[in-house]
Amino acid sequence: MADIAVSRAGTVNGAGGRTSLHRLMQRKSTVAFLMALPLITVIVLLVVYPAIYSLHLATLNKSMERFVGFGNFTFLFGRETFWLVVKQSCIFAITAVVFKALIGFVVAHFVHNIPSKGQRKWRGMLLVPWVIPPAMSTLAWLWLFDPSYSAFNWILALFGIDPVPWTGDAYWARFSVILVNIWIGAPFFMIMYLAALKSVPEQLYEAAAIDGATWWQRIWYVTLPMMRNIIAITTLFSLIVTFANFDIVRVLTAGGPLDHTHVFATWAFRVGIEGGDIPLGASVSLFMVPILAVAAWFILRDITKRGNEA
Amino acid sequence: MTAVTASDAVAAPRPKYGSISKSRRWALRWSYFFLVLFAIFFLTPPIYMFITSLKSSAEISAATNPWWVFEPTLENYIELLTQNQYLIFFRNSAIVSVCVVSITMIISVLAAFALARMKFWGSATLATGVFLTYLIPETLLFIPLFKTFAFVRDTTGIELMNHWWTLIILYPTLTVPFCTWIMIGYFASIPKELDEAALIDGATWLQTLTKIFIPVALPGLIAATIFAFTVSWAQFLYPLAFTTSTDQLVLPVGIVTTLIKGDVFNWGQIMTGALLGAAPPLIIYAFLMDYYIAGLTAGATKG
Repeated sequence: MADIAVSRAGTVNGAGGRTSLHRLMQRKSTVAFLMALPLITVIVLLVVYPAIYSLHLATLNKSMERFVGFGNFTFLFGRETFWLVVKQSCIFAITAVVFKALIGFVVAHFVHNIPSKGQRKWRGMLLVPWVIPPAMSTLAWLWLFDPSYSAFNWILALFGIDPVPWTGDAYWARFSVILVNIWIGAPFFMIMYLAALKSVPEQLYEAAAIDGATWWQRIWYVTLPMMRNIIAITTLFSLIVTFANFDIVRVLTAGGPLDHTHVFATWAFRVGIEGGDIPLGASVSLFMVPILAVAAWFILRDITKRGNEA
Repeated sequence: MTAVTASDAVAAPRPKYGSISKSRRWALRWSYFFLVLFAIFFLTPPIYMFITSLKSSAEISAATNPWWVFEPTLENYIELLTQNQYLIFFRNSAIVSVCVVSITMIISVLAAFALARMKFWGSATLATGVFLTYLIPETLLFIPLFKTFAFVRDTTGIELMNHWWTLIILYPTLTVPFCTWIMIGYFASIPKELDEAALIDGATWLQTLTKIFIPVALPGLIAATIFAFTVSWAQFLYPLAFTTSTDQLVLPVGIVTTLIKGDVFNWGQIMTGALLGAAPPLIIYAFLMDYYIAGLTAGATKG
């Protein structure tokens, strides 16, 4: 479009059509390429190269001198801790994402229900967990879960309930990790869903109300179909982030008690950086790739589909 | 689609309803009730941080009501802010974040402009690639990067490990893809007539960018800046893996690793440190909430 305009200007000036236009086009694409060059450099050097390099690393032995093929992977398959980590990562990601999505959906509805004057204030308050750096808010949770001074246990004691070993017992520790994750992530869902709710035309609800739809029918037949795209994409995003999560587990339990809260990222850190076995750590983190790839594929499909519609 | 599903609802039995305004009023009351419950859930940890930060060590270990401050004191704040170590963490964090934000914005605005307006060979693929890299988490990259840095040290003698400025090299991997992505969205929404007019008037591409695109897409620019700042301020994994000396740490890692001395947790100071560390993003959020939220929602709704 812009080129046509420029070429017209060119012919008016009588500078001679084809060759100068051609040169201009060439120059434009060169300029564009140069402008994108820093981005390409960053992506290639710091994302693509390490990603491929980790494939190579995963096939080396501990001292990184000898090629062992799939040796690291077969070693992992034989270890009980590895299967524990696989199980925990999946439970952790799926449970957390489901509850984040549910709570986000419910809270978004409540915020949407109240008069729009007060919505800003509530929205601002409810997004606070998302704004605080996760490492720091997890510290607050760690203190709330403290074995001897837990403020939650103090409240429970008022009702005569025995102290809960929040981070001491394997099952409670998993619960705590998931709870903190939900606490941090639910506001994000809330904000996304609220934006989506605002884009549903009010007439649809009016029409549904006139037709005598109950509130459940309104949600099922009007709200959910209208929000389907946002729900799908937010869930997939969150799945990626939750599955690859590191901060929360690291600060809250550091994988304990007895590796019963380790997920791929924290275990890869423990094995690769702290344990000094870089190839094994790389192999562990590579196990995140399949689920990430599936989620990414769905997201990309959705985005290109919407791009074609527009 | 919705028209069809909405007409399905007609088939359902009609509920008996009295006055709509009455049921609305009840819905409103329930909404407020649950909002208060959720607000308590979402705000308890930061409030408890604040409560603890006002307590002395003696009061923390006393068997009194933990939710109340009986003798408020600022000693934790004074101690932290006069302590050299914490100020170094804060300085490191601030320098790293500011540098990362500047680098990110320069790289991503230039690239987004090129990708949104000036097509070149492979530009469509690159745009998709940018989005894909955003989906690659840092937990996948830190081990190969760790090894690469060791390799750089062995071959060139440049020590990249255990320096806070290394983080300036690393953080753009987290910020650049997303910022580029949302800037592409904002730039693409600018009507083509604007830059065509500028081109006809003889503006160069750089002038079109600085005189038209940046001013028009300023809200997007602010949103991307806030995003880049929050991400680099909060990043935990890279500094934990790449820096170890106490004078090279940034805030999140510094608080987690140094305030815990052995098995003794000085909770008053930890909470104070965490609260002060969370302050910059919270302050930015308080003043620029709309931009913050725009940036959050832009990632998924634009594009």
